[in-house]
Amino acid sequence: MARITLAEVHDVAKLSRLSLSDAEAERMTTDLDHILEYVETLRELDTEGIEPTAHAIPLETPMREDRAVPGIDPELAVANAPASIATAFVVPKVIEGEDEG
Amino acid sequence: MPAPPGTLRELREALEAGATSSRALADAALARAEALQPRLNAFAGLRGEAARAEADEADARRRRGDVRSVLDGLPMAIKDNMVQSGEPAACASRILEGYVSPYTATAVQRLRDAGAVMIGRTNMDEFAMGSSTEHSVFGPGRNPWDPARTAGGSSGGSAAAVTAGIVPAALGSDTGGSIRQPASFCGVAGIKPTYGRVSRWGLVAFASSLDQIGAIAHTAGDCAAVLETIAGGDPRDSTSLPEPAPAYREALGGDVSEVVVGLPREYFVEEGVDPSVLATVREAVAELERAGAKTREVSLPHTRYGIATYYLIADAEASSNLARFDGVRYGRRARGARGLTEMYERTRSEGFGDEVKRRIVLGTYVLSAGYYDAYYRKAQQVRTLLRGDFDTAFEGCDVIATPTSPEIAFRLGEKTDDPLSMYLSDIYTVSANLAGIPGISIPCGFSQGMPVGLQLLGPALDEATLFRVADAFQRRTDHHARRPPEIE
Repeated sequence: MARITLAEVHDVAKLSRLSLSDAEAERMTTDLDHILEYVETLRELDTEGIEPTAHAIPLETPMREDRAVPGIDPELAVANAPASIATAFVVPKVIEGEDEG
Repeated sequence: MPAPPGTLRELREALEAGATSSRALADAALARAEALQPRLNAFAGLRGEAARAEADEADARRRRGDVRSVLDGLPMAIKDNMVQSGEPAACASRILEGYVSPYTATAVQRLRDAGAVMIGRTNMDEFAMGSSTEHSVFGPGRNPWDPARTAGGSSGGSAAAVTAGIVPAALGSDTGGSIRQPASFCGVAGIKPTYGRVSRWGLVAFASSLDQIGAIAHTAGDCAAVLETIAGGDPRDSTSLPEPAPAYREALGGDVSEVVVGLPREYFVEEGVDPSVLATVREAVAELERAGAKTREVSLPHTRYGIATYYLIADAEASSNLARFDGVRYGRRARGARGLTEMYERTRSEGFGDEVKRRIVLGTYVLSAGYYDAYYRKAQQVRTLLRGDFDTAFEGCDVIATPTSPEIAFRLGEKTDDPLSMYLSDIYTVSANLAGIPGISIPCGFSQGMPVGLQLLGPALDEATLFRVADAFQRRTDHHARRPPEIE
């Protein structure tokens, strides 16, 4: 049985904000099925009661003095934007344009 | 013993002796980078005028007797995923086309403050996702020993640039072996420090709990000189360790008669490894024994689960980190989209390459409702077991010796159609990232005319012992002094 279906790949791609062509999605379904089959080897291990590790090195939240420091210059911050007005990022209309057609 | 040709130490000694100048070194590095670019494709971009000006400043400092550090005036290169103010950083991706960074990575800033001259940005797998520098918008990087073969990846351009004598040292980043494996494939030394040892500020994030910046050079001693310059806490990276950078070079020249080298039985099996690679690594271990080191067998019983654990965790983290590339704040934006969602989707679909898309989709899948516990949480639990393996092993030894890679550099195109076979080439390196421990690869011999790497792993924060053992090996051998024949 397939571990992941073409429909699931399309769904997950949508969650990832990627649109895949049919050929891409088919290829990805095959690749991911192969990879998921491989990672199933982890099921051999009994991990009941084992704490998950998110970070290998124990970390404490470092504290610092609550002092205002200058951030990045707003003009510099938008300098890389594909579209900007003054110090604002410009994006396509969210309400009207969203999910049209 | 004189320093081998083209090493950081040799070039520094030449500067100190007045036999050359920083400007002459920068000119030579830039000329060689350009001349070898058609053959190796090691660079994503060169900074000719800026590098020449910085080299002139270094020469002026030296004339005034105001030498900043052991790196002052020496040419270096950085991987294309580290930012410098006013300069591009593309992560070998179309999506960062046109990006010019407004700030500088801490590790790069520390090199610059030390006087090192950055000549350019090196080629890599897109967003560091790959083991061959083939997934690059700049085209594949090539191995100086055989241009039909990969330089390894993802820091393949950095390893090739050092191997080919363009720069004596370069920075790379290592998430699952991306410094050590290309170092092994190219016959140079590469250190992945303890997680947190070097600030990740300004390193474009792939998998934040695994990524670490490190150095590639010909010798362990040169790696030590670079690492002690870039290591140490940084208020801009809350995961950086507050300990000041140790003087790693003090570990050099020491003897290894008190050192116990652990040999994990799971790594020294015939299955899945090129027999001549294994034989070469066994001979390297015998050389360490002749130097006085003791060896003993240790066990890392969860080794076979390393790759599965690594790809689940790395891709989950990547899917989150790469959400920021959406065409709004920087990089490329798809034209003509109707509405915001379509703009996001088209920008990302046009901007990312196939391997990056595959990982984003896999990472999103394993984090999604219904699969989180079965895949992501399970992998985090196995990560705990893998860490425990190393804790137990290091109770009985000081360092662990393994092959860096199960094979010599493979041919370009050999694995690009089979992502899983590409992933499996990282089998000996991913565990160190999952456990957060340091590892170094040093050249230890040749098979079919291609370099073989010896990997040494140490307990967290003990890079010094890795440098001591690697340096002792290099003082007894000359693999690191060999250069690719056509390039000498």
